[in-house]
Amino acid sequence: MSADVWTYVKVVLLVATVPAIVGFVIVLAERRIMAFMQVRLGPNRVGPQGTLQGLADLVKLVTKEDITPAKAEKAVHFLAPVLAVIPALTALAVIPFGPPVRIGKTMVPLWVADVNIGLLFLLAVTSIGVYGIILGGWSSNNKYSLLGGLRSAAQLVSYEVPMGLSLVSVLLMTRSLSLVAIVRRQEAMELWFIFPGLVAFFIYFVSGVAESNRNPFDLPEAESELVSGFNTEYSGVKFAFFFLGEYTAMIIISCVAVTVFLGGWLQPFPNVAALKFLGIVPPFVWFLGKVGAFIFCYIWFRSTFPRYRFDQLMALGWKWLIPMALANIVVVAFAILLTPGRTTGLVWLAWIFGGLFVAMFLLSKLRQKLTRRERLAAEPHPVEG
Amino acid sequence: MADLEKAPAEEKKPRPGAVDASGHPWVQAIRAALPDTVVSAKEFAGQVTVVVQKDAIARVARHLKDGQDFKYCVDVTAVDWKDRSPRFEVVYHFYSFSKNARIRVKCAAADGEDVPSIAAVFLSANWCERETWDMFGIKFSGHPDLRRILTWEGFNGFPLRKDFPLEGIDTGAAVYPEEWPEGGGPSQKDSNRKVVS
Amino acid sequence: MTDEKISQAEKDEAAYFAERAQAGAAAARSGTAASPEAHTLFDVQEMELNFGPQHPSTHGVLRLVLKVDGEKILEAKPDIGYLHRGTEKLFETETYPMGIPHTDRLDYVAAATNNHAFCLAVEKLLGVEIPRRAQLIRVILDELQRLSSHLVWLGTSGIDLGAVTPFWYAFREREQILDFFEEYCGARLTLNCMRIGGLPFDLTAGWTERVSEFLADLPARIDDYEQLLTDNRIWKKRTVGVGVISAEECVEWGLTGPIIRGSGLAWDLRRAQPYECYEELDFVVPTRQNGDTYDRYIVRVQEMRQSARILRQCLEKLEPGEIRGKVPRVIKPPAEEVYASIESPKGELGFYCVSNGTNKPYRMHVRPPSFINLQALPRLAKGHLVSDLVALIGTIDIVLGEVDR
Repeated sequence: MSADVWTYVKVVLLVATVPAIVGFVIVLAERRIMAFMQVRLGPNRVGPQGTLQGLADLVKLVTKEDITPAKAEKAVHFLAPVLAVIPALTALAVIPFGPPVRIGKTMVPLWVADVNIGLLFLLAVTSIGVYGIILGGWSSNNKYSLLGGLRSAAQLVSYEVPMGLSLVSVLLMTRSLSLVAIVRRQEAMELWFIFPGLVAFFIYFVSGVAESNRNPFDLPEAESELVSGFNTEYSGVKFAFFFLGEYTAMIIISCVAVTVFLGGWLQPFPNVAALKFLGIVPPFVWFLGKVGAFIFCYIWFRSTFPRYRFDQLMALGWKWLIPMALANIVVVAFAILLTPGRTTGLVWLAWIFGGLFVAMFLLSKLRQKLTRRERLAAEPHPVEG
Repeated sequence: MADLEKAPAEEKKPRPGAVDASGHPWVQAIRAALPDTVVSAKEFAGQVTVVVQKDAIARVARHLKDGQDFKYCVDVTAVDWKDRSPRFEVVYHFYSFSKNARIRVKCAAADGEDVPSIAAVFLSANWCERETWDMFGIKFSGHPDLRRILTWEGFNGFPLRKDFPLEGIDTGAAVYPEEWPEGGGPSQKDSNRKVVS
Repeated sequence: MTDEKISQAEKDEAAYFAERAQAGAAAARSGTAASPEAHTLFDVQEMELNFGPQHPSTHGVLRLVLKVDGEKILEAKPDIGYLHRGTEKLFETETYPMGIPHTDRLDYVAAATNNHAFCLAVEKLLGVEIPRRAQLIRVILDELQRLSSHLVWLGTSGIDLGAVTPFWYAFREREQILDFFEEYCGARLTLNCMRIGGLPFDLTAGWTERVSEFLADLPARIDDYEQLLTDNRIWKKRTVGVGVISAEECVEWGLTGPIIRGSGLAWDLRRAQPYECYEELDFVVPTRQNGDTYDRYIVRVQEMRQSARILRQCLEKLEPGEIRGKVPRVIKPPAEEVYASIESPKGELGFYCVSNGTNKPYRMHVRPPSFINLQALPRLAKGHLVSDLVALIGTIDIVLGEVDR
C-alpha cells in the first residue's frame, strides 16, 4: 500500500479510536482514580471492574432525549457542539505518536501530517474550539449558559497568550515549528526541552489546564455556581460532543506537552548507559505513557484543588503568567546567544532552572510550615490528642 | 410514646408561679425613661416579661437597645388569644451581652390594628416581623418591606391564627386553572393522559 | 409551558420588535434618536438572575433573585418558604411529647439539638430536674450531632468552592456518627432521641467504647481535612476577605453561632447561659477576628475539635444512674410562658413555649438560627461575585427545613 492510503487509514483510526479512548479509558480512569482518592469505589458494576462503563454511558447518552430549548437559537445550538469537537479532532493530525514504523515495504510514520507550521496549526485549530463553547452558551438562551460561555471565552482567549509565549521559548531552541522536527531536535541535543524550558513548561502546563477547562480552572462549567455553565441546556448526543471535545482537548494539550517538552516518543535519558535497557520499550508506548502521566495529573488536580474565582483566574493569567513567559523568552534567548552553535548555554540554563526550582520548592515548603505554625499558635489553646 | 413518660408521679412540690416584677431594675428603668408605657411586668422561671403599650413598642425597643444595652433582638413573634380582647399579643425577645440576660416585651394588638415596626431599631427584626404578618396578619406600620415570607404572595389566610384550620383552606389560588383540572390530575391536553372510568 | 403559550409569547415578542422597528424607522425619518433603550458597549446592563430554588448549591430550596452586572451582584433578594410545613401549627394540635418528632424535621442535619431545645423549653415550663446521667448523655448526643452537622457543612461548602474530595472524607466520619445514633435510638437522621424529662433509652452496651475509639481517630481525621483546605492557596483566595462582617453588625443582624464567633465575639450559649452540665466541662469557645468566610471556616473546624474534647470528658464522667426525671404521666404545664435556647450547630436555637394549662402547647414558636442568619445574606453578598455568593451561602450554613419550618 502506498503512503497515501496509509494516511487515510490513520485518519480513520484516529477519529475512531480517540473518542473510544476518551469514553472507555480516560473517563473510566478518571472516575476510578478519583474514587480511589476519595475513599469510595467508583463505577465497578458494568463489566469486570467497571470496564464497560463507557459503553453504558454511550448508550445512555445516545438514547437520551435530545432537547432543544424552545427559545434557543436552533441552528447555532445545533452547530455549537460540532464546532467544539471537530477542531479538537483535527488538531490530532499533526501529533507525532512515534517514529515511522516499517509495515510491509513502506515506512509508515505515526503521524497523519508533518506540517512545517505544526505548532502554529495546533494553536490555530484548537482556538477555534472556543467558538463552540461561546456559541453554545449564547444560543441556549439561558443566563447561566451565557455566563458560562462568556467566562469560557475570556478564559480561553487569555490563556492562549501565555501558552503561545511559553512555546516561543521552545521555538528558539528548535528553530522549527514542525512537531516531528522538535522531537528530532531533542533527540539530537540529547536534552529534553523540559530542562532548559522548565519555566516555559510550567507556564504551558498551567495554561493548558485552563485551556481545557479543568480544575482548578473549570469556571465555565462550575457546577456549583453556574449549574453546568455553557452546556446547561444540552443533553444526549450534543452533550456527548461537548464532553468529547473537552476530553480531546485535554489529550491534545498533554500530547503537545509531551512532544515539545518531554521528548515525544523518546526514551528517558538515552545518553545514560545505565538506562539503556529502557530502549526495549517501543517509542509509541513511551509516548502513550507520558501522555497518561499528564492525564493522571489532570485527574489528580481535579480531586485536590478548589476552584479559582473568575477575577483571580484572570489576574493569574495576565499578571503572572504572561510577564513570566515574556521574561523567560528573554532569558532563553540570551542563553542561546551566549553560546552560539552549541547547547552548553541551554545546559547551564537547565541547571540554573533546576536549582531555582528546588530552592523554590523548599522555600514554599518552609513557608507552608511557618504559616501553619503561625496559625496553630494563634489558636486559643493547645489541642490535646 | 406515653409509656416513655412513666416516671412515677410522686407528691408534687408546689412550684412558684409567676411573680410580679414591677420592682425589677429593668422595668424601673423603662418606667423612668418612658413613663406610662409599662402595663404590667412579671417574672417566671427567671424570665422577665414586660407588657407595654402597643404604640410605645418602638420607643421601648429603642430604649432597651440604647439605654439598657439590650443590643440583640432575638426574636419577634405573636400569640393569638382568640377569646381575649385585644386578640393578639406580639412578643419580642431581647438579649443583652453585658448583662447576659434576656427580657421579653409584649404588647397587645387587636385584629386589624397596626403595631409600630421595630425593624428600624433592630435589623434582625425585619424578617421576624414579616413572618408575624404572614402567620398572624398583624401589620407592622413603618416596616420597610412588609411582604409575606413563608407563604406565597396572594395567599389569603393567616395560618397560625387559631381559627385557621389545620388541614388548610382553599385559598382559591390555582396554577393555570385553565389547564390543570380542579382536584389534581394530569392536564386535559396531555396526550398520555389515561382516563380511568 | 405549553406550545400554545410559547407561540403566544413568540407572537407577542414579534409584535413588540415590529413595533420597536417601526418606532425606530419613524424616529430615523424625523431625525431624532433611534431608541431610548439603545445601549452603548460600556453601559452597565443589569441582568436579573434567578438563583434557585433548583440549583446545585443553594443547599435546598432557597431561591435568590439576583441583580447582577456581569457577575457582580448588585442586589440579592432571598425568597424562602418553599419548604414551609406549618410545624408551629402542628405543635399546637398535638400533646407536648408528640411535638418532639416534628422538631427533627426542622434542622434535619442536626435533629438531636432540636429535640434538646424543645425538651428544654417544656422542662423549664414544668420545672423538672434532669438526672445527671441523662444530662451527660444529652450533651454527648448534642456534641455528636454538632460534629456531624459541621462535617456536612465542611463537605458541602467544600463542594461549593470546587473542592470535591473533603466531602467524601467528611461523610466517612459522619457515617460513623450516624451509626452511633442508629445504635442508640434506631434512627440516623430524624432521631427523636430525647424526651421531656430525660431520654427514651439508656446507652447500649459498648456504645461508649466505640465512641471513644472514634474520638481517638478524630483529631487525625480533622487534620486530614485541614491538610486539604486550611493552608491551600486557592481555598484561602476564595475565602479570605469574602463576606466580611463585624461583630457589631453581627449583633445588629442577630447573627449567632460560628458567624458571630468568626467576627471576634466569644459568645456561645454553652458558655454564656450553660444548660445541662456544660458549666463543668472544660472547653474553649474558638474565635477569630476578621469575620470573613475563612475565619468562619476555621472557627467551625476548631469547634469540631472542641466537641471531641467535650465528648471525651462526658464519656469519662458517665456513671450509671437514672435517665428520666420525675415527670408526670400527662404533661400539663402551668399556664405560663418560657423561652429556652441552646447553642445549635448553626447558632442560637430557641423555643418560645406558651401554655394555657392543657396538655397541648397553646403556642410553640421556634427561633431558628438559619432563618435569622439567612437574613444577612443580601448584606454579605452585595458587591461580591456570583462565585462568592456560593461561598457565602455555604458559610452561613443554612438548612432550609429550619428556615421555612
